[in-house]
Amino acid sequence: MNLDTLEQEAVRVPSNVAVSCITFGAESWLQAADAMQQAGAVLLTLWGSDDRDRDGHFRIHAAYLMPQRLWIIGHAMPSDSPVYPSLSRLFPVADRLQRAVRDLLGIHADGGDDRPWLRHGGWPASVFPLRRDVDPAHAHAVQSSAYPFVHVSGDGVHEIPVGPVHAGTIEPGHFRFSLVGEKVLRLEQRLGYAHKGVAKRFESMRLDDGHRLAARACGDSTVAFSWAYCSALESMNATVVPPRAVTLRALALELERVANHLGDLGALGNDAGLAFGQTQFSALKERLLRQNAEVFGQRYLFDLVVPGGVAKDPPERALVALSSELSDIKREVNELRVLYTNHAGLQDRLQGTGYVDPAQARTMGALGLVARACGLARDLRVDLPWPPYDKFLPTVAICADGDVAARLQVRFDEVLESLRLCSQWLGDMPAGAICVDLPDTEPGQQGIGMIEGWRGPVLAAVESGVNEGIRRCHIHDPSWQNWLLLERAVLDNIVADFPLINKSFNLSYSGHDG
Amino acid sequence: MFDILSRIRRTGRLSETGPQAGKATASDPLQSKLHQTFGRALCIRQVDAGSCNGCELEIQALGNPYYNLEGSGIHFVASPRHADLLLVTGPVSVNMEEALKRTYQAMPKPKWVIAVGDCGACGGIFGTSYASRGSVGNIIPVDAMVNGCPPSPTALMQAIVDVTTGMPQSGQG
Ligand code: SF4
Repeated sequence: MNLDTLEQEAVRVPSNVAVSCITFGAESWLQAADAMQQAGAVLLTLWGSDDRDRDGHFRIHAAYLMPQRLWIIGHAMPSDSPVYPSLSRLFPVADRLQRAVRDLLGIHADGGDDRPWLRHGGWPASVFPLRRDVDPAHAHAVQSSAYPFVHVSGDGVHEIPVGPVHAGTIEPGHFRFSLVGEKVLRLEQRLGYAHKGVAKRFESMRLDDGHRLAARACGDSTVAFSWAYCSALESMNATVVPPRAVTLRALALELERVANHLGDLGALGNDAGLAFGQTQFSALKERLLRQNAEVFGQRYLFDLVVPGGVAKDPPERALVALSSELSDIKREVNELRVLYTNHAGLQDRLQGTGYVDPAQARTMGALGLVARACGLARDLRVDLPWPPYDKFLPTVAICADGDVAARLQVRFDEVLESLRLCSQWLGDMPAGAICVDLPDTEPGQQGIGMIEGWRGPVLAAVESGVNEGIRRCHIHDPSWQNWLLLERAVLDNIVADFPLINKSFNLSYSGHDG
Repeated sequence: MFDILSRIRRTGRLSETGPQAGKATASDPLQSKLHQTFGRALCIRQVDAGSCNGCELEIQALGNPYYNLEGSGIHFVASPRHADLLLVTGPVSVNMEEALKRTYQAMPKPKWVIAVGDCGACGGIFGTSYASRGSVGNIIPVDAMVNGCPPSPTALMQAIVDVTTGMPQSGQG
């Protein structure tokens, strides 16, 4: 099977980016996966759907990201044998995705790791909460049992378990280190602690309300997720968002990128022993958040992006003030960058630490800034530009070094590039409406939204139901891919460097756990 | 080194005056009031019981130079055994229920619990389901709640001050 054949048979899916979809039987589904892998695609996500009420089938959908297109390859299974071919031989990330699909929907891959992933004993193994006949309100008593971690044995090998509750103010997750002396032989992550039933919750919401839940799938990326959700909805309705709203959305997305990167630049300094960096960058981040409050009425931009546009029209004087504050921040970031670069002690901690080689990054399907710091030029804003990025292409920040220092450099470059984009938009903000009404949506429509958030590409796949409800909504955070890479990045490092390496990735737990 | 020092000098002091404890002691700096109550710094342990990470960002912001929580004699500790106050965010996910209970039980008495954010206070948009137990109060005793999605650092500081200096603590677990 080759991609040309696929292209002839595929149908376009409404989206803000180019998406093609095709449905296959089991054998061709696997052949298509093979063709995707050969062509260098990233297996972005897998999701299942329960269509037994419609045609007696379960479905599995695999989304493959190529530089010029997102492919969705579907496969239907009869309800009495919901089994599909495992992709774990082709794509390392498939194992976890397949385990998550099984835990929620009870459809199985025919191979690979079959330990539970999102289900930790909070509901019985015989209950599949995403099935349509399972009552969302039905709760179960927790029955936890020991998780079968992979055990490493040998002379002098010992284990350190960490989490789910961590020493700092961070999200919950468990890390199991196997060490010899100080050196990390193996890291095994166990995630899913923040699973709060987002996919099931969507199904009890209206289409025009779902953006509020998408906005809270991962709070540090609220603009990215709510924009992805709204794009999916607007595409299925063929709604054109007014230019002012488009520009304000992009402004908010870049401000979100800058705020998160500023936070990380400070935290990376701190974790490497330079508390000065934390003080300086956290102060800059606070200044930016206060500007957000002036411009958009809130510090974190939850619910700013709404179906049809944005919820708040900033007053002109707030935009002028934002513009001057951003040039101040830019000057300060440039100054601090020189200090970071010239600080021998800091550079000594960062360089060579947490190294990932590009071949490994490619195999694991690295995404977003982590991929760019291994020299992989992956950025949706450039690869599949949607408005307004089609007219304002950013320069992709690339650094091939693959270590903590590289991830720091990419963040610096991206902050400066985002500030450049913001100042262009602020200098030439379109006038006019900030929101349009959406028409009624027929049941059974599909839409895909994809946005390059500060961590990487986020996706929302939405299907409409009856009475303007959501039939199914699947969201994906790029952390899925990058968590796997983090397990590799710490190998052969000393365990004391884990916090620094972990921070340089700064992955989402909530966005992953769902 | 000289560059760093000169930058520190230029940055100057950014800390703002935080909320004060109660009306009667409005002239007392927060630090001395806390010192009267605890005889030392107030120690906080934070647990994310399933939040979206938005509330965490605002709790982290308390440490920036503008709010400078440490400067008021309040600091975050790594172990519940050292903590006076537990800050809990998120709707409590079923997967975090046990870890939250254990953290609470590991704290010495007397102890306070603040449920943070709309999720911590009432379950927020996630509510209760097969995966979420809803509000923190459904799982452990709660002394105060701070609404907001996420609540601002100022609201968080105010709640920390109120609960530890004025209101009686009830969470005897
Ligand atoms: S209250 Fe809001 S910010 Fe806090 S965890 Fe809930 S959704 Fe996130």
